Amino acid sequence: MPSFALTVFLDGISYGMILFLISVGLTVTMGLMRIVNLAHGAFAMIGGYVAGYVTQNGGNFYLAAIAAAAAAGVLGGIAEASIYRPLYRKGELAQVLLTIGIAFVTTGAITAIFGAFPYPVLFPDYLTRPIDIGFRDYPAYRLFLIAVGAVIAAVLWLVLDGSIYGARLRAAVDNPRMARAVGIDVNRLFTLTFIIGCGLAGLGGAIGAGVLSLEPDYALKYIVLFLVVVIVGGEGSFGGSFVAAMALGIIDTLGKYFVAEAAPYLLYAAVFVLLLWRPKGLLPPKSAT
Amino acid sequence: MIRRRTGPGLAAIGHALPWAIVIIYFYAAPDHLGFGTQVIIWILFAMSLDLALGYAGILTLGQAGFFGLGAYAAGLFAIDVSPDPLLGHLAAVAIAASFGAVTGAMILHTSGVTLLMLTLAIVSVLSEYANQARSLTGGDDGLQGIKLDPIFGMFEFNIFGKTAYVYAALVLFAWFLVAWRLVRSPFGRSLDGIRQNPRRMRAIGTPVWWRLVAIYTISAAMAGSAGALSAHATRFVGLSVLSLLTSGIVTVALILGGTRRIYGAFLGATIYFVVQDYSAKISPFFWEFVVGGMLILTVLLLDGGLLDLGPAALRLRDRWRGAEKDRE
Repeated sequence: MPSFALTVFLDGISYGMILFLISVGLTVTMGLMRIVNLAHGAFAMIGGYVAGYVTQNGGNFYLAAIAAAAAAGVLGGIAEASIYRPLYRKGELAQVLLTIGIAFVTTGAITAIFGAFPYPVLFPDYLTRPIDIGFRDYPAYRLFLIAVGAVIAAVLWLVLDGSIYGARLRAAVDNPRMARAVGIDVNRLFTLTFIIGCGLAGLGGAIGAGVLSLEPDYALKYIVLFLVVVIVGGEGSFGGSFVAAMALGIIDTLGKYFVAEAAPYLLYAAVFVLLLWRPKGLLPPKSAT
Repeated sequence: MIRRRTGPGLAAIGHALPWAIVIIYFYAAPDHLGFGTQVIIWILFAMSLDLALGYAGILTLGQAGFFGLGAYAAGLFAIDVSPDPLLGHLAAVAIAASFGAVTGAMILHTSGVTLLMLTLAIVSVLSEYANQARSLTGGDDGLQGIKLDPIFGMFEFNIFGKTAYVYAALVLFAWFLVAWRLVRSPFGRSLDGIRQNPRRMRAIGTPVWWRLVAIYTISAAMAGSAGALSAHATRFVGLSVLSLLTSGIVTVALILGGTRRIYGAFLGATIYFVVQDYSAKISPFFWEFVVGGMLILTVLLLDGGLLDLGPAALRLRDRWRGAEKDRE
């Protein structure tokens, strides 16, 4: 029984790590700039396809993952400067529509280039094999996800908590007007953060392709999941999204083991109840409480 | 609201034109009535969204839930209860409306992103449930085997789709009258106010929450009606009716045409399906690219959809003239 519990736990947090990696950029977009960004899944998808293309053409997996993050980050930067900026002044409806438009366009473009079928990322052999972790064999790929997710979460935590960039970002999320008043260039801060967020999403899309499989529908299919992480955690709350992503991963895995048939809709029903109970999410940033 | 620069004559033409097209299409394109029926159904669907999103400003991506609920209800009613299409339609509308009233009452005290997420959660619950409950809905394969009696025992649903087209057009007209009357009533005006400033409306004594629940329920009934028409016209309900893409498409159709104009839904849904039809012929998935592009341009360039092209041109002309005057 303990080994079973540990398996569920590992499955859950490896899934949760991917959700966190992809969603952490979204929490900044929605928390800092109050943009409802339904196109975020598209950046993860672009990263995934870049990695798929590189590995299928014989490229190294780690180079492919870096290329994925770079491509998604650069495209994110371009999109921010050209399409997103006019949006900051517009209402939520315009934001929803425009970002759905971006998701559509990306889906169409990906289908035109790569076709409508699932597109695999080729992982190195040693990741696809199970390895012995003491009491049983466990897929190395899942452990790899946990390791990468943990390292990135730790780096993010150090940067956000320890660096001047992190202090500025937290200040801007908590109170953008005050942050501007004390001389923080919130717009530049945001562009930089947007690029990093899209890059992380691209990375997540690439290495997480074994969990969230790549297909042109990806951008719209999983965006609800990413939004759930952000909203349940509390917009703009990094710790909140981490907790929410882990909880979501573990709950989903538990659901698959115990109530396989009911799992997906029970998850959304739980989100529904949670949002009615705490509209600002589990751990909202200080400004929102 | 700004008064438009149109006389009564122009307004009459504006009213007559869409309906004339609906009638002319019936005689001009007897081989493509299936397509026409689909457009009419989506006009009704987009009009339902216009009431909630356009007039009342309820930020929702859950409209597909009501459409899907109406479609499954109509389909299951025909299979399990009675093959009478009108009874089935009424049942579907009643179910969609009650679901709208119950969920609306639960969520409409929230706003913005939270409301958006709640609507997404609701439609996700429905679609996951429909996917799992194979014995009820057929799951991935869709709901098949819907058989219908002739309407009033006289007009049979046939492969040429004449009955379905006329039936859909009449239902659309009935709902159009409801919507037209509604948005011009004091109730409709109060929705205008709630969209623009809910706090102030509350301060002057408007029961904001009740009004929102009421319009959300009417909108749900209308969307359910569109769903029922879709189930009856095609005798099939697919799982995709409950997807985020369905909500996305209906929003695109509405926004392309323009919100808060009633006829915006007519223009938008028509353009959407014509473009989808043509671009899908070029390449099966090209339409997503085209539709997404249209959506981005509409949001960035036109505030009020394609029906705003005229006024936008007038504004540009006025600005041009103003600039000339400045130079003189």
